Amino acid sequence: MLNTFVAVLRRDLLLAWRGRADVLVTLAFFVIVVCLFPFGVGAEPNQLRAIAPGVLWVAVLLSCLLSMHRLFAQDHADGTLEQLLLSSEPAVVWVGAKVLAFWLSTGLPVVVVAPGLALLLDLEQGALPVLVVSLLLGTPILALLGAVGAALTLGVRGGGMLLALLVLPLFVPVLIFGAGAVEAELSGTGAVAHLLLLGGGCAGALALAPWACAASLRISME
Amino acid sequence: MIAAERAPRASLFRFAAPQAFYPLAGRLAPWFAAAALLLTLAGMWLGFFVAPTDATQGEVYRVIFIHVPAAWMSMFIYLVMAFWSAVGLVMNTRLSFVMSQALAPTGAMFCFVALWTGALWGRPTWGAYWVWDARLTSQLLLLFLYLGFIALTRAIEDPRRADRAGAMIALVGAVNVPIIYFSVKWWNTLHQGASVSLTKAPSMASTMLAGMLVMAFAAWAYTLAVTLWRVRPMILERERHTEWVGAVLEAEGAKAGGGR
Amino acid sequence: MLEVEDLACLKGDRLLFRELAFAVAPQEMLRIAGPNGAGKTSLLRLLTGLSLPEAGEVRWQGQPIRRVREAFHRALCYLGHSPALNDMLTPLENLRFACEAGGDQVSVQDCEQALARIGLANQLDLPARVLSQGQRRRVGLARLFLAARRPLWVLDEPFTALDVNAVAELAQTLSAHCAGGGTVLLTTHQDAPFAVPPRVLDLGDWAC
Repeated sequence: MLNTFVAVLRRDLLLAWRGRADVLVTLAFFVIVVCLFPFGVGAEPNQLRAIAPGVLWVAVLLSCLLSMHRLFAQDHADGTLEQLLLSSEPAVVWVGAKVLAFWLSTGLPVVVVAPGLALLLDLEQGALPVLVVSLLLGTPILALLGAVGAALTLGVRGGGMLLALLVLPLFVPVLIFGAGAVEAELSGTGAVAHLLLLGGGCAGALALAPWACAASLRISME
Repeated sequence: MIAAERAPRASLFRFAAPQAFYPLAGRLAPWFAAAALLLTLAGMWLGFFVAPTDATQGEVYRVIFIHVPAAWMSMFIYLVMAFWSAVGLVMNTRLSFVMSQALAPTGAMFCFVALWTGALWGRPTWGAYWVWDARLTSQLLLLFLYLGFIALTRAIEDPRRADRAGAMIALVGAVNVPIIYFSVKWWNTLHQGASVSLTKAPSMASTMLAGMLVMAFAAWAYTLAVTLWRVRPMILERERHTEWVGAVLEAEGAKAGGGR
Repeated sequence: MLEVEDLACLKGDRLLFRELAFAVAPQEMLRIAGPNGAGKTSLLRLLTGLSLPEAGEVRWQGQPIRRVREAFHRALCYLGHSPALNDMLTPLENLRFACEAGGDQVSVQDCEQALARIGLANQLDLPARVLSQGQRRRVGLARLFLAARRPLWVLDEPFTALDVNAVAELAQTLSAHCAGGGTVLLTTHQDAPFAVPPRVLDLGDWAC
């Protein structure tokens, strides 16, 4: 079981490394979306400071969504997904490995870059640890929920837009608690409650989403 | 052609077979439609002529006779959809998937009506068409969930895959609805305080409540009628390879031919 | 022993076949024949459990495959239409991944030997995207050399894009697998020099 998990994880990370341009594109998208906001709402520092947590979180959400459709698309096209579904190991194992590899190669770089962008929006430095922790807890939920959507829209025409329509409403709680954590830290009320809720959501998603994703993949491959 | 092989096992489950449900749906739908019409008329009469004018809001409040039943119904229909989806995935009964897909447009319609009437009501009472109130916002997200479900089931061409994929997303949505509602409420109290409260309803007059309940029953009857009507062609489409559909189509064709 | 009972397959709008029934025993090779669009690939996907039948049942060792999925998949080696190669990985990486993801423990040496046996000794470290169609096919087929423990082989058009020598070698491998107690189901449009000519199931006879 562990063998299969490691094999899938290693392969997907290797693929992410060989196709690292894709990861860079996602990061560039993230940076550009954040940089658009000052042009839209004006460069007044107080205003930027006020909207910074929300802007950063929305940008994270959109960058994750942008790369989400890649999660199974290539394996679907070249027949690897069929072979994986015929594996004698439970599907949850390799689905978990794929989502973990996706998070490591897409979610984690975004989390690493986010504090730098936060400084661009003049977010208080004291709130940066909370921002990073909220992203570390929240992005896995995005990856897990997105994986279910990606599995369901596999090979469907207009799949990318459809995926957005399916999963964006589900992302709302993550956005609320993620951005809320940073805001709570800034306002002095403490971010612990928000972070605990995010952690709970992360645990819940970890427990349920891989099964839902595996079932969705079986449905889509029929 | 595949012969209808599913033999009726118990009398209660007899109507789970599409060929038994198809004529039943056709027979029941007009009755529900008539009930919906009568209840709507009764509810409107209660709401617009019998119920007293509200002390603080004047006549404007009367929109609740449409708004509140629509909002109730939109949430309830999503639960029913999720229920049928779960039944379909577990028991592998195709009729359940058809039911949940037939319900979705009605649910989305009620959701939209609730939002629309809410906006019309909001303008005179809050001075704005839209307020990011917890209920309005969750209602909007519910509408997105409905739209996602409808879009997914329409985008997938293979009906069997569409059925099961739609059921999956309906279940995922149903698990998330309470989380969304809770998070939006939490967010709302942090951002807005309790400046806006939607239905305070201090000692609602009994006629108001009666009007609302009658309208709610009207919405139920309407939903049942429309869903049953929508289910019928969907059953025919899915079962067109079976003998009974051939027989039904022949019979209906003969009837139409005889009428001419 | 793989048994099929009363199987019906619906594809899109069309019922491809119905009331299909057959059984394949160990040491047997079954060739599924039929014109294009008769449902050969669809049948193979039904047999592997990738898709669900419209009606009927597929049984492995007397049990419905849906109930014994893991045991059945441990016994099965399926090579589909596409060779399941990722263009950015080398043949060696692809083969090793295919085995490990499928649940087999293999060493790098085993994979190298298998690829060498199928004539790809010089392409071990090239990315798969530079391989020719025939070579890509061979990477997929190399898995058969490592899947001898799996008794049931289901192969969709294994001979496509192979040259004459490779066809002969593959036919010999399949025959040897059957002789060793395995079962082979395959679709093919071309004749291959099998040791024992396979039994033929013509889907055209069951068409609707």
